[in-house]
Amino acid sequence: MSKVTRSPRMIPALLGSALLALSCASTAVMAQEKVLRIGMTAADIPRTLGQPDQGFEGNRFTGIPMYDSLTQWDLSKADAPSVLIPGLATSWAVDATDKTKWVFKLRPGVKFHDGSAFNADAVVWNVQKVLDKEAKHFDASQVGVTASRMPTLRSAKKIDDLTVELTTSEPDAFLPLNLTNLFMASPAHWEAKLAAVPATVTDPAERAKQAWVAFAADASGSGPFKMSRFVPRERLEMVKNTAYWDPKRTPTIDKVVMVPLPEANARTAALLSGQVDWIEAPSPDAMDQIRKRGFVIHSNPQPHVWPWQLSFAEGSPWLDKRVRHAANLCVNREELKQMLGGMMGIPKGTVEPGHPWWGNPKFDIRFDPAEAKKLMAEAGYSAAKPVKVKVQISASGSGQMQPLPMNEYVQQSLKQCFFDVEFDVIEWNTLFTNWRKGAKDPSANGSHAVNISYAAMDPFFAMVRFISTKTVPPVSNNWGYFGNEEFDKLIADARTAFDDKARDAALARLHARVVEEAPFVWIAHDVGPRAMSPKVKNVVQPKSWFIDIAPMKID
Amino acid sequence: MIFYLLRRIVYTIPIMLGVAFFCFLLVHISPGDPLVAILPPDASAELQRQLMTLYGFDRSWPEQFFTWLWRALQGDLGTSIASGRPVAEEVFKAVGNTLMLACLATLIGFVLGSLFGFVAGYFSNSWVDRAASALSVLGVSVPHYWLGMVMVIIFSSWLAWLPATGAGPGGSDAWAWDWEHIQFMILPAITMSVIPMGIIARTVRALVADILAQEFVVGLKAKGMTDTGIFLHVVKNAAPTALAVMGLQLGYLLGGSILIETVFSWPGTGFLLNSAIFQRDLPLLQGTILVLAMFFVLLNLLVDVVQTTIDPRIQRS
Repeated sequence: MSKVTRSPRMIPALLGSALLALSCASTAVMAQEKVLRIGMTAADIPRTLGQPDQGFEGNRFTGIPMYDSLTQWDLSKADAPSVLIPGLATSWAVDATDKTKWVFKLRPGVKFHDGSAFNADAVVWNVQKVLDKEAKHFDASQVGVTASRMPTLRSAKKIDDLTVELTTSEPDAFLPLNLTNLFMASPAHWEAKLAAVPATVTDPAERAKQAWVAFAADASGSGPFKMSRFVPRERLEMVKNTAYWDPKRTPTIDKVVMVPLPEANARTAALLSGQVDWIEAPSPDAMDQIRKRGFVIHSNPQPHVWPWQLSFAEGSPWLDKRVRHAANLCVNREELKQMLGGMMGIPKGTVEPGHPWWGNPKFDIRFDPAEAKKLMAEAGYSAAKPVKVKVQISASGSGQMQPLPMNEYVQQSLKQCFFDVEFDVIEWNTLFTNWRKGAKDPSANGSHAVNISYAAMDPFFAMVRFISTKTVPPVSNNWGYFGNEEFDKLIADARTAFDDKARDAALARLHARVVEEAPFVWIAHDVGPRAMSPKVKNVVQPKSWFIDIAPMKID
Repeated sequence: MIFYLLRRIVYTIPIMLGVAFFCFLLVHISPGDPLVAILPPDASAELQRQLMTLYGFDRSWPEQFFTWLWRALQGDLGTSIASGRPVAEEVFKAVGNTLMLACLATLIGFVLGSLFGFVAGYFSNSWVDRAASALSVLGVSVPHYWLGMVMVIIFSSWLAWLPATGAGPGGSDAWAWDWEHIQFMILPAITMSVIPMGIIARTVRALVADILAQEFVVGLKAKGMTDTGIFLHVVKNAAPTALAVMGLQLGYLLGGSILIETVFSWPGTGFLLNSAIFQRDLPLLQGTILVLAMFFVLLNLLVDVVQTTIDPRIQRS
């Protein structure tokens, strides 16, 4: 039997070999791990506890990837409008006799990331978290961003394990659309966090608050990605959920890292230096450089309207429909698009032709200065006697694209059609707050229009809040006090059309009339530009505020 | 000394209360909705009223102030409206990150500033002096956020030598003092050091030129001391003032820089303030400003005490 002898001189060599082998192995593991790093525009990581803040960027990055909702948007097509599809609910229907009650059938076999089951109890619990002040898990901090997006939802009741009944305050056909904003968090995981709160904390409200803070740091939803690491204000890491219920959305990317980079130049630099693979809203000045360096710019018109919302208060020049039409005909949007490096959609209304709510309006929004001048002349204006218009705008702001140069362009463009435009530039948050106060409030400072971009994902936010006599200040955003019986009836028709096709047809009638009456000057639609490394594959940028990370691949 | 110390501590109490009051007032008198971070403008008026009640913003200002102050005195700065996390936790973490950056920036500023200052002062009125003085003037004059962007373009985007943003590959929670992490500090620290460097350089240049003109230097030369020996004497004489200026600059930098920390996404107090301002997160804004203001109050107290200890000529009534 031979004996293997070891010389002490061999030890360094063996150690070296072992280290080299370990190093190679770890390199191989790292090489195999497919990581997607995203630079967001948000200044902080959107809240991770189920109901994200930071507007729809929150839904995009910490909502949809980690959580599911009963209904969801189809984000799989770039060339068609994003429509509603089943999510955690497989089907739904309004009660035949009582139109304030809806029955949702739930998807069987779905598990939260912590292993607990998704069922009717979970739906009731998630409705209560924002609507039932008596529930122990009620969280005021989630109410604002949720309840405002489901204005008529009042309660939920379990019928059986996989059936739930939702009740609204009035018949509301928009409910299934609104429910895309209610993400399902795991009740069992939250209860575990509550149990871990020290016994020294005795106030139930404080215990619940601490449980939510703990939940946000270690969340559990049912989405295609699971939260794996969270550094507040710096990074969120998610790993793939291989047990996801939808095979089409089961990720192949191992890990997604999200970093808040609010400054556009910093985002661009992070992309160009290889720190991230994807940035939202690259700096417009850097587009050429980004393309030259081999990165890909994705964009697509999204339901993000950048308009002037007009005042119909006494004395407003916009009371004359000819003036409203003239303004819509006098903006050279192609030129404006060039000025923005192509990063703008040219609007034909609030939604685009081809959208289920389009409706073929008789008024065609286009650039036709001759027709605009004719209308202005009929209204009694001329170069010698221009109409004076004051518009309240901001110098910056979330979703506002580039408000100063864009508004200045529109100002110059309208000048040829006898508009003398004056701007009242105020701070973004203040402008945002003033929006609810309306054109008659002193905060409007005598303005005849306001420039605030908005999301047009669902009918209430796209149209209803701007044109109903029930949504005038301080109730909602009908800043300009537009509306009449005709529009209220069209809205009621849409709200009570419970068949999807009938609802879309009613909304199409409403949209057509909105465009014809022109309570806005539609100037631009945002196209949501984002720059990505060419190694990110399978990217579909839908006509939506959202984008689905789950089916993406990385080389 | 003990009585002096106690008296100074007692004096800081009304200052702190005043700071807390003005901090609360300034944040609350600014226009806009305190719930804008969590309440979209399209939310109903009823919901807005409901949340105002839930967050206590419907109560009178004095009631809100005293509630907040009472909690702050117990170390509870409230909860961030936007993130739902405790403000104290967020602020102290950010202070730690700013402290790291400020110390490195001060070190760079002091070393380079002293170097340029000594060289300029020693070779006064020569081309070396003019070049060093030009550099120091440039340091004070160039907008540092612009310099930060330019450095990012050159060293991150073009050359890919250094990372452009962040506080380490895994965030500041996983910070370690190795090259993988320290490289994230280099660009922001250099950018932050430019102003202290310019100020220190100008101060030291004036000091050195002044010291060199003094009689004891002539005496040393007359005794045959070498240039190196004389230089060391000059350094010894200039050092206390240079160190005092450095201390002041460190104090300023500890307040964080909104612009630099935002350009580099460095998670310090400046970045936190920027987030709080843009999200209109009042508790976070109040808490951050209060902690920074308290920091300055305590720093001033410390300086007063140290000065009195070191220099008995400073009489306090």
